[in-house]
Amino acid sequence: MTTTLRQPPVAAKTPAAPVPHRSAARRRSTPLTIAMLAALAYFLLPLCWLLIASTKSTQDLFDSFGLWFSHAPQLLTNIKATFTQDDGVFVHWLLNTVLYAVVSALGAALLAAAAGYGFAKFRFRGDRFAFNLVLGAIMVPATALAIPTYLLFAKVALVNTPWAIILPSLVNPFGLYLMRVYAADAVPDSLLEAARIDGAGEARIFFRIALRLLAPGLVTVLLFTLVATWNNYFLPLIMLNDPNLYPVTVGLSSWAAQAQNGGAGASSDMLPLVVTGSLISIVPLVIAFLVLQRYWQSGLATGSVKQ
Amino acid sequence: MAAVRSRSAGPLFVAPFLILFLLLFLAPLGYAAYLSLFQQRLVGGTVFVGLDNYVTALGDPLLLHGVGRVALFFLLQVPLMLLLALAFALALDSGLLRLARVIRLGIFVPYAVPSVVAALMWGYLYGPDFGPFAQLGRTLDLPAPDFLSGGWMLGSLSNIVTWEFVGYNMIILYAALRTIPHDLYEAAAMDGAGAWRIARSIKLPALRPALLLTLLFSVIGSFQLFNEPKLLMAIAPDVISSSYTANLYAYSLAFTGDQLNYAATVSFLLGLVIVIASYAVLLTANRRRSA
Repeated sequence: MTTTLRQPPVAAKTPAAPVPHRSAARRRSTPLTIAMLAALAYFLLPLCWLLIASTKSTQDLFDSFGLWFSHAPQLLTNIKATFTQDDGVFVHWLLNTVLYAVVSALGAALLAAAAGYGFAKFRFRGDRFAFNLVLGAIMVPATALAIPTYLLFAKVALVNTPWAIILPSLVNPFGLYLMRVYAADAVPDSLLEAARIDGAGEARIFFRIALRLLAPGLVTVLLFTLVATWNNYFLPLIMLNDPNLYPVTVGLSSWAAQAQNGGAGASSDMLPLVVTGSLISIVPLVIAFLVLQRYWQSGLATGSVKQ
Repeated sequence: MAAVRSRSAGPLFVAPFLILFLLLFLAPLGYAAYLSLFQQRLVGGTVFVGLDNYVTALGDPLLLHGVGRVALFFLLQVPLMLLLALAFALALDSGLLRLARVIRLGIFVPYAVPSVVAALMWGYLYGPDFGPFAQLGRTLDLPAPDFLSGGWMLGSLSNIVTWEFVGYNMIILYAALRTIPHDLYEAAAMDGAGAWRIARSIKLPALRPALLLTLLFSVIGSFQLFNEPKLLMAIAPDVISSSYTANLYAYSLAFTGDQLNYAATVSFLLGLVIVIASYAVLLTANRRRSA
């Protein structure tokens, strides 16, 4: 694994910051731009549909064309209905999702940063073995572990608690790998030596100096763990059976199942709720990615180039 | 990297991660291996059966079909997704695009959409009642294909996963492209190389590690396919059975079939298949490289 994955770094030594454009007077290609805009349409049209569908009643969903508004848009009505359905359970789902995702992401990023820093900047007995063990685990898929983890958690009464979602999300082998690669370059040994000569303790050096230099890598791991936990479905699906503990993914799928089972009275009214709830659930992440784009783009470059 | 020797702080930094790794990664794996050696019987309770569960699993047509189906899915979906991601990354990096930033972020946005929402949304889009394809088909009097039928399902699932992950892979490749020193391009241009030649001779070789990474993640993702078929199952129950993919099968065994020992066996085997497939990808890539 180590010998195969560690190919020589491709090029640049510094963590990749976007390089300014090569020459100012550059020709642009209209055909290429048009082709890429067509591709862009494929990626954005489903989201446009979702936005438009969120403004419709069940009747309008069936009667009006999907990619245009009906004559009586009712986005606010739908949002209100989504938030008040089943005594506001959707609010619980959103808050649960935020809680699970934020705690997991902070914990995973900090654990990966400390361990990556430890592996990059210290030599100790068994360090190679331990690192390779974790590296090998990158390939073990999370969902193959989920059922065994469920069985194990059932033994220690962790099932159906928030910990059942948070604990497994804290261990991110790829995050550790990324942080180790990042720490090796971003934290100069000379700086550590200088701090030690000044008498700073190792913990102080890590929290005061190293962590700051590791920030871009840390934000990358944070953001990607955040997304992974936010979007997680399999693990909460098997771990939780109390609807008040559901994250939004499991909650929405349970509503979708109700909407699908149609016919039975109120259930057809569930459809706008599923659609509107879906729209609401993706807004925070899209905003987070747009706001933090500088960080995750440079962090990803580190992971993909330095192997 | 001149790391510090003989300092005692190193183990303390790695300990929290390693302890959790042990408890939450190795322990479940070990527990699954242990459980897979037993069977629950109506008479006699839990009995040690050695490798019997594995023998059953290797001859279980439901599991074999599930694995075969995800392997087919992998062959169908991953090359298309990675080729698109590569083409988009090269186009973005060429500097020939107008609106490059908008295009890059727009293609990436689906990654921020939970797969549950993506599957629900595409499920509705595919649907015969209020999906726009069916609506257009009715207007134009050209029946739209039944995306949720048996013949189309694997393609429909591929489309959802491609939609979700092209942008993510594109960003990884694009980020790698941005680290290539530009004097290389200038030198090549001086030697008379065109944009196409530069892409083939400089950019593609430099992208190897990043491409390998995206390929590995795709292997891992494809073989554990679960969310999308699980959600489409609700609207196409006749097409997607409870053993449609290997992972869905393990889930059904554990939670509706109550066959925990056999579910653990299937999980363990599926993990093994993925690790083997990943190594096969790595070995092939490295052999090609040295050849």
